[in-house]
Amino acid sequence: MLDDFLIRAALAGVGLTLATGPLGSFVIWRRMAYFGDATAHAAILGVALAYGFGVSVYLGTLTVALAMALTVASLSGRGHAMDTVLGVLAHSALAFGLVAASFFSGLRVDLSAFLFGDILAVSRADLAVIWGGAGLVAAVLIWRWQGLLTATVNEELAQASGLNPRAERLVLTVSLALTVAVAIKIVGALLIAALLIVPAAAARQLARGPETMALGATAIGALAVLGGLQASLTWDTPAGPSIVAVAAAIFALSLVLRRRA
Amino acid sequence: MLIRAENLSVRHGEAVVLAGVDFTLAPGEIVTVVGPNGSGKSTLIRALIGLEPAATGTVTRAPGLRIGYVPQKLHIDAGLPMSVRRFLSLPKRVSDAQAEAALARVGVPGLGPRPLARLSGGQFQRVLLARALLGAPQVLILDEPTQGLDQPGTAAFYRLIDEVRAETGAAVLMVSHDLHVVMAASDRVVCLNGHVCCEGTPKVVSAAPEYRALFGLGTGGAFALYRHVHDHDHEGDEGHGHDPAAPHRAHPHGTHAHVHGPECRHDA
Repeated sequence: MLDDFLIRAALAGVGLTLATGPLGSFVIWRRMAYFGDATAHAAILGVALAYGFGVSVYLGTLTVALAMALTVASLSGRGHAMDTVLGVLAHSALAFGLVAASFFSGLRVDLSAFLFGDILAVSRADLAVIWGGAGLVAAVLIWRWQGLLTATVNEELAQASGLNPRAERLVLTVSLALTVAVAIKIVGALLIAALLIVPAAAARQLARGPETMALGATAIGALAVLGGLQASLTWDTPAGPSIVAVAAAIFALSLVLRRRA
Repeated sequence: MLIRAENLSVRHGEAVVLAGVDFTLAPGEIVTVVGPNGSGKSTLIRALIGLEPAATGTVTRAPGLRIGYVPQKLHIDAGLPMSVRRFLSLPKRVSDAQAEAALARVGVPGLGPRPLARLSGGQFQRVLLARALLGAPQVLILDEPTQGLDQPGTAAFYRLIDEVRAETGAAVLMVSHDLHVVMAASDRVVCLNGHVCCEGTPKVVSAAPEYRALFGLGTGGAFALYRHVHDHDHEGDEGHGHDPAAPHRAHPHGTHAHVHGPECRHDA
């Protein structure tokens, strides 16, 4: 069954939504959308460095995404104007990544695969990494759900209850880096943030509680993956952008449904 | 002793927000912190909880202290769907029966299914209190809990706090920006203005005609007028010549008004 590239692509995409559903919900609740973008753009630099040092692309993107996420998280605590810092860091990392990539002739050909994703080229090994990474993120989020949610509602409330809001923030930061690392092959660096935010935003319209929103985001994300693959197959469109386009269509539909409700 | 601060100073960057504060909260007592805007009231609360690092001095909390915190403001992001019932289950999940009992206790039964975003100010304060009570707190810490409530609402809320204290035996630490109105039930009032200006028992002023007129008799004496007009000198007072390093006790006797200079900075 795994011999069929379409089946592998569908499994990879659906596996990823296990992480992007709940994590995307936190990204919305905590207003981290730009943060997600910065981390994802930095991943391109990770790809270039991975080629340069001859290590796995997953390792390269994970390292750089993590470094970016931790840098941004630490700067955000020191009173810098956040959107400026993120704008500088995100686009610098992308630019340096593209420049670095130009030094490797093999990579120059491949680069669009990392910018826009290449879900149809997912191998069995990729599948294992994606399910492993996304499953780990989902498991951690479920394990720490109550604490994460309390710290998201109000950090002071969390602290007074004996939780450590800084630790909860770190959990989300690391989860984001890990998700970016495994998602880059599927939707590419430019659209990872969309896969985090759009399904969760659609689920927000229909959900009455945080849990239903997170689960709904995963369900909508999975639907978008399957719909996007189908569209890609039917009209020969690029798979990654098609997935995000379907998610956007579902979001538009959710606005209509909400108005009716 | 539940919480103790010794020689506590807190800085925000260069600015010294609190200097040399000594503070102790004993089990079961009600303490109200009053002071003008920017006097460091919220900073003191935050430092006592552990949200602000001490620049100098120490804050000690009893080991395993259960704090029920009612923040000054709680902004729920529009992107986060959250019902009252779900909110009560943070950070620990509680049963439906416990949640409903807590809501009923604070006077808003049946509010569970309502989204937090659609509560009135008074309902929201009560829901915050209900959530704090569900943790069986040893101390309730409330940061300007009556901000945005009208006067009858404020009176009712203070009465509720007093009842809760009587039932649970929890200590209560409350911040008020209102220099004149504090709970009659307060065991101590601490006046803060960057440092502890003075502290003492509030006078019971159910007899004060202007407050009777404002709140009526229906408040059941939940209010006291703590006269604290800052325009006297301390030299004529009984033995507490004012030294900022040794804040005096405010006058527990009679109807004697406690009066300071226009600003309570004696070291200025």
